[in-house]
Amino acid sequence: MIEFHAVTNRFPDGTLAVDDFSLVLPSYKTTVFVGTSGSGKTTLLRMINRMVDPTSGSIDIDGADIGTLEPVKLRRGIGYVMQNSGLLPHRKVIDNVATVPMLRGMPKKRAREEALQLLDTVGLDRSLANRYPSQLSGGQQQRVGVARGLAVNPNILLMDEPFGAVDPIVRAELQQELLRLQRELGKTVVFVTHDIDEAFLLGDQVVILRTGGKVAQVGSPAEILANPIDEFVATFVGADRGKRSLHVENHGDGDIVVDETGRLAGVLVGSSTTSSRASAASQSGSESQCGSESKAGPRGPGASAQGGDSR
Amino acid sequence: MTWIWSNMDLIWDRTLDHLVLSVPSIILSFVIALPFGWLAHRYRASRAVILTTVGLLYAIPSLPLFIVLPFIVGTSIRSPLNLIIALTLYGVALMVRVVADGLGSVDRDVQQSATGVGFSGWTVFWQVELPLAGPVLLAGLRVVAVSTVSLATVGAVIGAQSLGSLFTDGIQRGIQEEIIAGIVATVLLALVLDAALVLFGRLLMPWTRRSAIGVAARNSAVVAGVTT
Repeated sequence: MIEFHAVTNRFPDGTLAVDDFSLVLPSYKTTVFVGTSGSGKTTLLRMINRMVDPTSGSIDIDGADIGTLEPVKLRRGIGYVMQNSGLLPHRKVIDNVATVPMLRGMPKKRAREEALQLLDTVGLDRSLANRYPSQLSGGQQQRVGVARGLAVNPNILLMDEPFGAVDPIVRAELQQELLRLQRELGKTVVFVTHDIDEAFLLGDQVVILRTGGKVAQVGSPAEILANPIDEFVATFVGADRGKRSLHVENHGDGDIVVDETGRLAGVLVGSSTTSSRASAASQSGSESQCGSESKAGPRGPGASAQGGDSR
Repeated sequence: MTWIWSNMDLIWDRTLDHLVLSVPSIILSFVIALPFGWLAHRYRASRAVILTTVGLLYAIPSLPLFIVLPFIVGTSIRSPLNLIIALTLYGVALMVRVVADGLGSVDRDVQQSATGVGFSGWTVFWQVELPLAGPVLLAGLRVVAVSTVSLATVGAVIGAQSLGSLFTDGIQRGIQEEIIAGIVATVLLALVLDAALVLFGRLLMPWTRRSAIGVAARNSAVVAGVTT
């Protein structure tokens, strides 16, 4: 369990990054900080492994004030995954994963054996072990980043916009992988993103932040969506634009779910049409309705589970 | 050509003399430039002072330096040590800026993530920043190596033996072949040292050549994927 107690962080130039932030992040759950740039979400994340220290207030992990712990030792016990994977470009994949266990004194041979197992865990072929990061695709690099984060078998996994730099299809794949890993491993995950759909998909607890590190709303995705506390949250989750208000249109071949702006959101499953015909219809439907602007078409069937798509 | 064939021993000896002067100078330049370059990279205040000072150092003409140096450090004027010190000074002058720039070229994200996963301050420097600055450092070291080899010949004017002695001797005695042999041998030596550094770099930094190919291949694949 991670507890923020009245945490404030002020940059040297005086701007407030985080303002009087108090929150409990429950163990074995995923908490997502979501907000625009300048909302202090990355600062909040980095205060958990003391890459940034609060100006005032304190943070406890399992009841211990981390301000009293040695930062390097603390970090070696917490998984950390960042955007663009942050892998060491001069080390092979396997050595990137084995890095932190070796820093903690694990013999090289054992660290490498465990690294190979971790590649299996994150769904990477072992044949990639001896490549350099630049020889992998963005999605593969990100998987290695996750494997490295898991290498010390931490209770806490910090993820700073880890899927921000990969294309939408790979991102959706990585998100599903993370959900699978979370079901299997049950870590306390703290995830930072600016993508509200990602936040709602991954988060057990979602924290919406406004500029200057102020909390706009905290709750489960369902709570926030059903009951946005104010205009800002409503705008942020897209409820005001009708993006979350869906209705069904019949296109002859099948029932298509459309939001209020006319953007295609998905297909109605369980209707009489076969899924392949429905998905073909959804693509032609998107063309007729939204022209080339809509990128939602090919992703329609997948997005239907979430009931919306922001892109 | 007859002069060259009958004096191969002499040319070989001068080549060895030349190596004794230049190799230690190149190594020392690198080792000494490292902390100064780090200081210039790390602290804004020291950057201007250090870089200006080493810049001025390079502006000192070589011949006067060879002559003045023995009075400062107490070596004999013809001692190889005298020359090694002078050549090292010039090498440092070139290399400090390269070290500062090389460390500055390291991706901030990589440093941040290294810190984030638990590298301590000095392990970040030795295991992350320094190796990643490697390609820039190597490029600088190649310039230092070639310039040191060519500067070392000037020592011949004050009587320190090197391949430069072949020019001075050849001019005094009017042996054109000796002059040409001196020039060609100096160029060859510079090329050999340069090639050795490149080879050394490849052994030490295997990720640089592989990634170059990998990235190019992937980029073109991405472009192809986008356009189709």
